Amino acid sequence: MNFDFSDDQKQLRDEARKFLASKCPPKAVRQVLDGKALYDKELWKGLAEMGFIGVAIPEEFGGTGAGHLELCVVAEEMGRALAPVPFSSTVYLAAEALMLAGTEAQKQKWLPKIASGEAIGTLALFEGSGNPTPKSIKLVANNNTLDGTKKPVPDGEIADFAIVAARTASTGRDSDIALFIVDLMDGGVTRKALTSVDPSRNQAEITFKGAKAEPLGAAADGWSILSQVLDRAAVLVAFEQVGGSDRALEMGRDYALDRIAFGRQIGSFQAVKHMLADMYVSATLARSNCYYGAWALSTNASELPEAAASARISATQAFQHCSKNNIQVHGGMGFTWEFDCHMYYRRSNALALSLGSLSYWEDQLIERMRKKNAA
Amino acid sequence: MNFDDTPQEAEFRKVARAWIAANAPKHLEDELTNPKPGATRDGKLAESKAWQKKKAEGGWACLHWPKEYGGRGATPIERVIWQQEEGVYDKLSRPFAIGQGMCGPTVMAYASEALKQTYLPPLASGEKVWCQLFSEPAGGSDVAGLRTRAEKDGDDWIINGQKIWTSGAHYSDYGILITRTDPNVAKHKGLTMFFLDMKSEGVEVKPIKQANGMQEFNEVFFTNVRIPDSQRLGAVNDGWNVSLTTLMNERMSIGARVATGFPELFEFCSNLMLDDGVAIDNPDVRSKLASWAVKNSGLTYTSYRSISALSKGERPGPENSIGKLVSGMMMQDIATFAMDLQGAAGLLSGEDAAAGGEFQALLLSSPSMRIAGGTDEILRNIIAERVLGLPGDIRVDKNVPFNKIATKGR
Repeated sequence: MNFDFSDDQKQLRDEARKFLASKCPPKAVRQVLDGKALYDKELWKGLAEMGFIGVAIPEEFGGTGAGHLELCVVAEEMGRALAPVPFSSTVYLAAEALMLAGTEAQKQKWLPKIASGEAIGTLALFEGSGNPTPKSIKLVANNNTLDGTKKPVPDGEIADFAIVAARTASTGRDSDIALFIVDLMDGGVTRKALTSVDPSRNQAEITFKGAKAEPLGAAADGWSILSQVLDRAAVLVAFEQVGGSDRALEMGRDYALDRIAFGRQIGSFQAVKHMLADMYVSATLARSNCYYGAWALSTNASELPEAAASARISATQAFQHCSKNNIQVHGGMGFTWEFDCHMYYRRSNALALSLGSLSYWEDQLIERMRKKNAA
Repeated sequence: MNFDDTPQEAEFRKVARAWIAANAPKHLEDELTNPKPGATRDGKLAESKAWQKKKAEGGWACLHWPKEYGGRGATPIERVIWQQEEGVYDKLSRPFAIGQGMCGPTVMAYASEALKQTYLPPLASGEKVWCQLFSEPAGGSDVAGLRTRAEKDGDDWIINGQKIWTSGAHYSDYGILITRTDPNVAKHKGLTMFFLDMKSEGVEVKPIKQANGMQEFNEVFFTNVRIPDSQRLGAVNDGWNVSLTTLMNERMSIGARVATGFPELFEFCSNLMLDDGVAIDNPDVRSKLASWAVKNSGLTYTSYRSISALSKGERPGPENSIGKLVSGMMMQDIATFAMDLQGAAGLLSGEDAAAGGEFQALLLSSPSMRIAGGTDEILRNIIAERVLGLPGDIRVDKNVPFNKIATKGR
């Protein structure tokens, strides 16, 4: 059994960590958090130059072609550093959708630009509150033009193109939903910035009025492709969440060692120690579930839907748990803007919802387990 | 990343599987696979001994022990593979788990060569059963607070005191025993370890009736029991260090599937009809199930990570330390939830309850899972101190002579 990353992959992790430590310190995250920029353009350029954006994109399309295990490794570091760049929307959602369902021409058009950092992509799926279901999609596609509104769209203000989920019929079947590629620089697209609990990442509302669109994949397969994209993204986001969990745990641990109260390190009090031990437990369970997700993702295993949901749930719980208790360990200091704790708290709660809520994924997991057991 | 054996591992697995297929007591398979709720294998020691003897004759006992002491000299990963292949028959080995997992390694580390040659092979083959006499009424988590005295008398030691929570004492032939030999020094510094014949005069074993009504442990009383000095393990007053050897050898759980109650709950919810349909279709039920599902899978994959380290010849990381902490709490929570789903009838037990009273039995036994082998609180301390590097507790009794430590809270 070799249920671990290879030495090369671990080396890639070290490289990514070193790169992000120097190019993406908390100060850089705060530039975006404070509204001084929509994303960190320098960092984005650097990530492209390092080959991190195109790590799972084949060489023929401008990537390094390393693979999805390598992407998992990079994702963990992005989460750890709270990187304020459109990585998840461009790489986990748009690029994955293109790689799954794009024609040769579509891949040639967008993937090299993604890998080089020239194009930012996103997935326009949600239409207000609710979880990703075929029923929730009201935006209409007619003769390859789109009419309707999507929100929240991650990185919607800065994206160059979007994969858009649209309704082509109303039979109540999954096949009513089709996917389209829209060049957001074209006419018929208006965007509005939205505020969110995590201002270090961009969220927008995008309205399409007769916007020209190009089908992505067969019209009837839209929902099926989307489900696969969401599963793949779930694993990758889960790695970001695990990276964030570990960092929040470390911050709490370090503070517990440094801070003196009642004449002793607060980390010597069992109430604090046990809180940190429980954070370690959550983070460890999440990491192990994520490794299984990484295996399923990288091998296209039939276990992927179940593995992805498990990784997603476990990592969501872990990051929320660790970021919230990190503030608690810090006491009053943890509730200041100056300390970085709230940035992890914000990110953890945004990521918890970005692909659909925890209860949605819980429902998916049990449905998938039940189907497997019945089979 | 893959789940495949290396060629050597695959070969070992093939040989182990073939031997088990040819030799395992198949007539016990069904009973071992689907034990009745609350059933124990107490009183079925002969079946356990028979399987252990067969394993020893085939060279499959105490795999990681050296051959000269009755083992196989196998690598840690081979031991894991054996455990996976032995499957349910591993349950038969439980009466030997403490002896082979904890007492044996202690004897191996501290006894003379002659004693090792005498005592270890029959322990490996299951001919002799050993128990571990550590916990006391006044020393559970704080085991160094123990009070059983050993006083030198010529070439012998005279033992007086009481041990508790001793698994298998009633059918054990030998035991390792930690005692206080000097109460005038700090508590860790006045302890000495011995092994003794459990049939020695003055040893009295009494079963403990547990909170769940079962009897799986014992109290052991010592009244002027004589142990020859030749059965001392380690130096006089160095028993604490010896006991650390024992405790570090706690039966390696890596590779063994950790019981959590989740598969049973999932099956139960898949079949239980509520007013509005099958329980598993209810969103609240799903949410709970999902949270436990990812803990259950998280524990499984955590053990895969440890196995992978062993496979590479590396020491597993600290990740495996979460196992009992997570599974113990899960069992209790799962039992409570499964009973809640049964409404008022959930308070019934045994054959009068749903699923043969499986969850009611789990409810009543589960408090012990959070205590035995390290309480939840001790386990959290261990994670906090050894994994996260947080400071140890401030120990108010650290430099106080044992006989000056307070013995009552109020």
